[in-house]
Amino acid sequence: MPATEKLVCRGVWKLFGPGAEAFLARTPSPSREAVAAARLVPAVIDASLSVAEGECFVIMGLSGSGKSTLVRCLSRLVEPSAGEIRFEGRDLRAASERELIELRRHRMGMVFQHFALLPHLSVLENVAFPLAVQGVARATREARAREMIALVGLEGREGRLPRELSGGQQQRVGIARSLAVGPELWFLDEPFSALDPLIRREMQNEFLRLQSRLRKTIVFITHDFDEAIRLADRIAIMRDGRIIQTGTAEELILAPADPYVADFTREAPRAKILSARAIMRPPTDAPVAGTIEAGRRVADFAAEIEAAGAPFAVVENGRPIGAVGRAEVMAVLLGRPPEGRA
Amino acid sequence: MIAATLAAPASGPGRRSSWLLAWLVVLAVTIGFSHLPRGTLDGLWEEVPRGMQIPVARWISAATAWLVDDARIGPVAFRDVTRGLAALLEAPLRAASSLLATGLMRGEGSAAVRLLPPLPWLGVVGAGALLGLHAGGARLAALMAACLGYLAVFGQWQSAMTTLASIAIAVPLGVAGGLLLGIAAYRSRRFEAALSPVLDAMQTAPVFAYLLPILVLFGFGPAAALIATVIYAMPPMVRVTQLALRGVSPEIVEYGRMAGATPRQLVWRVMVPSARAPLMVGVNQVIMLSLNMVIIASMIGAGGLGYDVLTSLRRLDIGGGLEAGVAIVVLAVALDRLSQAYAARAGHGLPRSRLPLAALAAAVAAWGLAFLVPAVAVYPEGWQVSTSDFWAGAIEWLNVNYFDTFEAIKTAVLTNLLLPVRRVLVAVPWWWGTFVIALAMWRIGGSRRAGIAAGFALFVAFTGYWAPAMVSIYLVGVSVLIAAAIGVPVGIASGLSPRVWAWVQPAIDTLQTLPSFVYLIPVVMLFRVGEFTALIAIVLYAVAPAIRYTALGVREVDPALIEAATAMGTTPAQRVLRVRLPLAAPEVLLGLSQTVLLAVSMLVITALVGTRDLGQEVYIALTKADVGRGLVAGACIAMLAMLADRMLTQGAARLRRRLGLAP
Ligand SMILES: Nc1ncnc2c1ncn2[C@@H]1O[C@H](COP(=O)(O)OP(=O)(O)OP(=O)(O)O)[C@@H](O)[C@H]1O
Ligand SMILES: [Mg+2]
Repeated sequence: MPATEKLVCRGVWKLFGPGAEAFLARTPSPSREAVAAARLVPAVIDASLSVAEGECFVIMGLSGSGKSTLVRCLSRLVEPSAGEIRFEGRDLRAASERELIELRRHRMGMVFQHFALLPHLSVLENVAFPLAVQGVARATREARAREMIALVGLEGREGRLPRELSGGQQQRVGIARSLAVGPELWFLDEPFSALDPLIRREMQNEFLRLQSRLRKTIVFITHDFDEAIRLADRIAIMRDGRIIQTGTAEELILAPADPYVADFTREAPRAKILSARAIMRPPTDAPVAGTIEAGRRVADFAAEIEAAGAPFAVVENGRPIGAVGRAEVMAVLLGRPPEGRA
Repeated sequence: MIAATLAAPASGPGRRSSWLLAWLVVLAVTIGFSHLPRGTLDGLWEEVPRGMQIPVARWISAATAWLVDDARIGPVAFRDVTRGLAALLEAPLRAASSLLATGLMRGEGSAAVRLLPPLPWLGVVGAGALLGLHAGGARLAALMAACLGYLAVFGQWQSAMTTLASIAIAVPLGVAGGLLLGIAAYRSRRFEAALSPVLDAMQTAPVFAYLLPILVLFGFGPAAALIATVIYAMPPMVRVTQLALRGVSPEIVEYGRMAGATPRQLVWRVMVPSARAPLMVGVNQVIMLSLNMVIIASMIGAGGLGYDVLTSLRRLDIGGGLEAGVAIVVLAVALDRLSQAYAARAGHGLPRSRLPLAALAAAVAAWGLAFLVPAVAVYPEGWQVSTSDFWAGAIEWLNVNYFDTFEAIKTAVLTNLLLPVRRVLVAVPWWWGTFVIALAMWRIGGSRRAGIAAGFALFVAFTGYWAPAMVSIYLVGVSVLIAAAIGVPVGIASGLSPRVWAWVQPAIDTLQTLPSFVYLIPVVMLFRVGEFTALIAIVLYAVAPAIRYTALGVREVDPALIEAATAMGTTPAQRVLRVRLPLAAPEVLLGLSQTVLLAVSMLVITALVGTRDLGQEVYIALTKADVGRGLVAGACIAMLAMLADRMLTQGAARLRRRLGLAP
């Protein structure tokens, strides 16, 4: 990816329990048995990732795999036991409590799974709260809060208390609130997991709409692969504290690092993920019915192939690099393992 | 306590029976002491010999004397500092009492001129009703009006407002202090570790024990009473604050940190407001405990209803005492329901409303009216009703007609229960008692706790309070047994049947609202002074938690287990006895530990009816102004209470682990 790296972490560990830092200093990469023997709970093990400016980076994994802990290490809500974290090249672990408060006040925002709205404040006051904490004057912060409330489509509900809102509306407040300070780095910890499927879908669309306008750098957590596919530029998959694979949805489907990843991707809507490049066969000299850009998704061109009698040439920068025909498309739609270049 | 110990589970079936045997032997030996011929133990130290006793009491008295007479902070005498503090506290007290009770006066005594009238009764009733409307709707408004109206109609207004004024100052102080200490304890583990035993001591030591040092340091008067009240009422607020802050959802705390809140903002703008509902429960506790202190506080200079009760009791004016006592209860009910309603509302945010403002406006308007038309200020004397004669008559009638019945009940209980237990316990020598206590604690809580328990017992023995301590154990023990015998079955019935609970709940709510002194009044009237009277008063005061916790435990058994038991073909009785009760046992033990604490706190009050135990020692010390004696005897009571509490809560925790209800 050509864009600049906004957030980078290398070799981050988090072991819960007393004496974790000293333990890791003594044994830099301990085995699970050694960790257990030291009466420590491994939540994040040797995690490395880098998020580019404007990218939506999704961390995925089953319950208890350490996603929340990792994202809290990235924002230093949880103190990592070891490792390096850089925000715009600046060492976050060396930041003082004061500097962290400044960073969080202006550059970071976070959305929580159970919304974490302050029960005693109205919608308006909740959204204005991060500004109130900074000491922004009432008129200014309320104007800004109203703007944010409009952005998430909650106009007219400014005076309500959180308990008077539905779950989806509450999370809209949570989103508006986290955006009020105009953060560059946006953490979302399973923001839609507590919502029912229909509302969840609606909120995902809302999220995509917001992101297309705001272009934040995002770390988004979910345990739902469909959600990851819809929202992510890249996905990291975690298991038992480790990141076991990082890549685009297509890369994960085509080359799962292990059966655990393969399991996640099995039910994925392949036609919407796989591109022509991923399923094409080598170019042939046979006559073609037309050309298809290499990056287009199968779901997108399947109808054209069905309508035409002959295969299409796959082109990149105007040069043919392969061909797709009915056989390849059918294989994707039927869920057969892809035969193309895997 | 022995019963509870025996009931505590052992770890294996084989060891269990041998432990049972061991306890039977211990029991036999304990009873054996009382059958030894008189004088057998003289050489074997029934009590720690005088020469070996440690004169802690004398040391404390000497230290206090030094503190009061000679200590200086720089150029200022320590005594002047404390007296100055008292004067400082007296200012808001006087302001509140001017506003509510006396009006603004200039001059002293009979030469005083009233500059401004107090709030007229109509204004207070109206404001109370409006607050009731705000907190709980029309029913609460009616209750508030009825309670406050009662005080006016039955001629208790002036005293009640004096009491209300002192509550109005004591409660904010107690709440603010408790909140600050609780927050500090939440933020610093070290501070928490240091605070916890202090709180234990404050909650278990009888009030009388620290009444005296306060009296010596701050002088007789409303300020001293205020300080005693705040010390008594604050500890639950500290604990509630700690719990409430810990109970704030971690996500909310994380959110606050992510929003860039400083530690101070995090506490005051995020956590405290999010925890409003549990904190309001703490406020309610502070109010109720402050009311509980009303009578005791009047011993060191508070006026109002408590003073009325006390003087009536001293004059043996049955009617007057009951009348003022009932007025305290009425005031307590009103404040309790109002603060509970606010606590319940705080959970989901109070509706923004102008009612509190309206209450203020009503009060001010009534006050303005009273300024113009002085007649409306006071409830007309001609309309007042006095129940004093009625109460006196009723008690008289009962005594005339049922004297023999009461006497027969009293004698039967005394000869069959009280005296035999007393004879056994009083004969136990200090070394054997210490051994049994330590053994029981070791069995339940391990060697470290056993060491502490033995330390407590030895403190009691070596300060020379072993004999009165055994009398205290006997009184508390028998009372708790009776309270359990009543409370557990009632609790089971209430837990099983919502209909029963609907009757029982208001009854125990009321029992828990009454200040402890109030229990004494009717019982003394019927049974006169003595240990039997003390027993009844203690049982009445202490039975409520036994009922409440048992009901809770029985009700909260996992419904899936009941279903499973039903599917196995058990009868309803079997389900209660074999499923619900065993699973509820930890709750029952916790309820009993609360009962023990309440019973112990009644000891000093029952000293007024002539018991011969530690409570009496404290009381005598108070009348003789002997600070050391009062504090040491008070400390002994606190240690007994902590011992019993630890045994029962440890027992409950063990049971819970065994039942798989806790890790
Ligand atoms: N404060 C803590 N103390 C001890 N262990 C913890 C703590 N917080 C988390 N853990 C452990 O760390 C591991 C990872 O937890 P984490 O909450 O990060 O998982 P998660 O992937 O976010 O799961 P979920 O989907 O349920 O939110 C779990 O095994 C958990 O028990
Ligand atoms: Mg999580």
